[in-house]
Amino acid sequence: MDVLVCLKRVPLAGGTLILTPDSRDIETKHLGFGISPHEENAVEAGVQLVEQMGGTLTLLTLGPSDAEEQLRSQLAIGATRAVLIETDGQEWDPQGTAAALVDAITAEETKFDLIIFGAESADSAGYQIHIRVAHALGRPIVTNVKSMKIENGIANCERVVSTGREHYEAPLPAIVTVRDGLNIPRYPSVPGRMQARKKIVDMKKAEPRVPKLEKVTLALAPSKDKGAEILGKGADAVPALVDVLKQIGAF
Amino acid sequence: MILVLIDHDRGVIDPLSLRALTAARKLGHDIEAAVIGSDGASLAAITGEYGAKVLHVAAHAALTDYTPMASGRALKDLVEKLKPAAVLAAGSPRGNEQLAHLAAFLDIPMAAECSEITLGAPHHVLRARWAGNLIESANVHSDLLVATIVSFSIEPEAVQGAAASIAQFEPDLQPADTVVKILSRDSGETKGGVTLNDAKVIVSGGRGVGGPEGFGNLEELAALLGGTVGCSRVVTSSGWRPHAEQVGQTGTKVAPDLYIAAGISGAMQHIAGMKNSKTIVVINTDPEAPILRYADYAIIGDLHQVIPALTSAIRQAKG
Repeated sequence: MDVLVCLKRVPLAGGTLILTPDSRDIETKHLGFGISPHEENAVEAGVQLVEQMGGTLTLLTLGPSDAEEQLRSQLAIGATRAVLIETDGQEWDPQGTAAALVDAITAEETKFDLIIFGAESADSAGYQIHIRVAHALGRPIVTNVKSMKIENGIANCERVVSTGREHYEAPLPAIVTVRDGLNIPRYPSVPGRMQARKKIVDMKKAEPRVPKLEKVTLALAPSKDKGAEILGKGADAVPALVDVLKQIGAF
Repeated sequence: MILVLIDHDRGVIDPLSLRALTAARKLGHDIEAAVIGSDGASLAAITGEYGAKVLHVAAHAALTDYTPMASGRALKDLVEKLKPAAVLAAGSPRGNEQLAHLAAFLDIPMAAECSEITLGAPHHVLRARWAGNLIESANVHSDLLVATIVSFSIEPEAVQGAAASIAQFEPDLQPADTVVKILSRDSGETKGGVTLNDAKVIVSGGRGVGGPEGFGNLEELAALLGGTVGCSRVVTSSGWRPHAEQVGQTGTKVAPDLYIAAGISGAMQHIAGMKNSKTIVVINTDPEAPILRYADYAIIGDLHQVIPALTSAIRQAKG
């Protein structure tokens, strides 16, 4: 079983975001970087599949050369090797990103049985790259997967919705996007970290395309303090809350 | 003309689609709607009420339940026939997915999670990023605009229009389009009854609840108010509650009449899923918790004392 996991380097923003002076990006001078929570689950799923069934796990990302840091830390979890499509550091639009990923995937000798993405990136929320890649490669895709079993060449997938669970099947080779909750991602071991230093990260170049979804500027969403009315402390404040709930017709 | 995809589950409309219809109407074009699957034809009255003149029904033997790639194909067939200026849908997981298939088929851009749209050349949108904390101003270079509307950015407004006239068509589905579809469902760990999506009251618990047994009090309060229990991500990742109850960017986005957040500090991704609730009540021991910025009312205190006291006080008040 050969698995490919696609990752994205994103800033680890805490509570507040700050923009660069040109309002085109998030100010990252004082921020660390990582990958989205969903993608940690994607790597864990890939590692588990290779542990159970043998084969290889390849990581793929598109980003600045610094994204090697994220690839190395995920190689330490147990991936075999990684490919980095190096950009100019600018954000690429979803069509340009998907096209570059497709080029890199088709250039690989390995014909991946399963390609895994995180269900959404922390930063851009485009909801489309995985689907464009599936169309370009002519593969079935199941999104937002919270539970997955590979049996007899079929990915049996479950999606969790507010009414319960939905079951899907995708014959391999297939693409899935996975969500936080799929598994519990492991931490890298010390030997894992040592081995990761020696693993291969293939650097590739791709030419940026003129973006069709063209970012002009970013702005912070207005988040004015609603100025909560503090009803009091502890159980003593309960009568005041009951009055409020009565007023708004909650009972 | 603007075409709006109306998402439905075997004939039951996703109410977010009515918000997408309302957003489409603000653009000053004629509105037509599309449903995938013949059981969507039952939505002619409600889509008309919200301003659609025509309801296009993609009918095909294979379209009995959610089949996202086939939705993309059916919309592509419609777009080629009708030449709309834009195709819109709700920015729900299903809305985003189906329009992404359309955009992939046509190899044109898609702008997800838009809060404002200006049609033109290029089109211009404002769209939500970083769990709604950033607003991107973007140009979309494409004749046809494919875009989804960020959840709860607009209130649904009816125009009391007559039922939409039904225009049934059979999409030219290819074998690959119907490979991935819902094969079966089960209620999973949910107990049936009120779901997060249609609850008027949600009593939500976070790390402060302390463990799975602590949710008993929240369940009792929720039941008393005719609502349901929600939770934050740390609660599901600790295995205290099922994933279906998770509220937030990575769970379900909700906007009930009343949201009670107990022991939830308010991570960015949780706020993204509940900030549009009508009234937000926070119960937290920490007077500095970030979630207080979004609250209408708050009690500073231990939820383990406040919630049981609240439950018995409401019981008493109800008589």
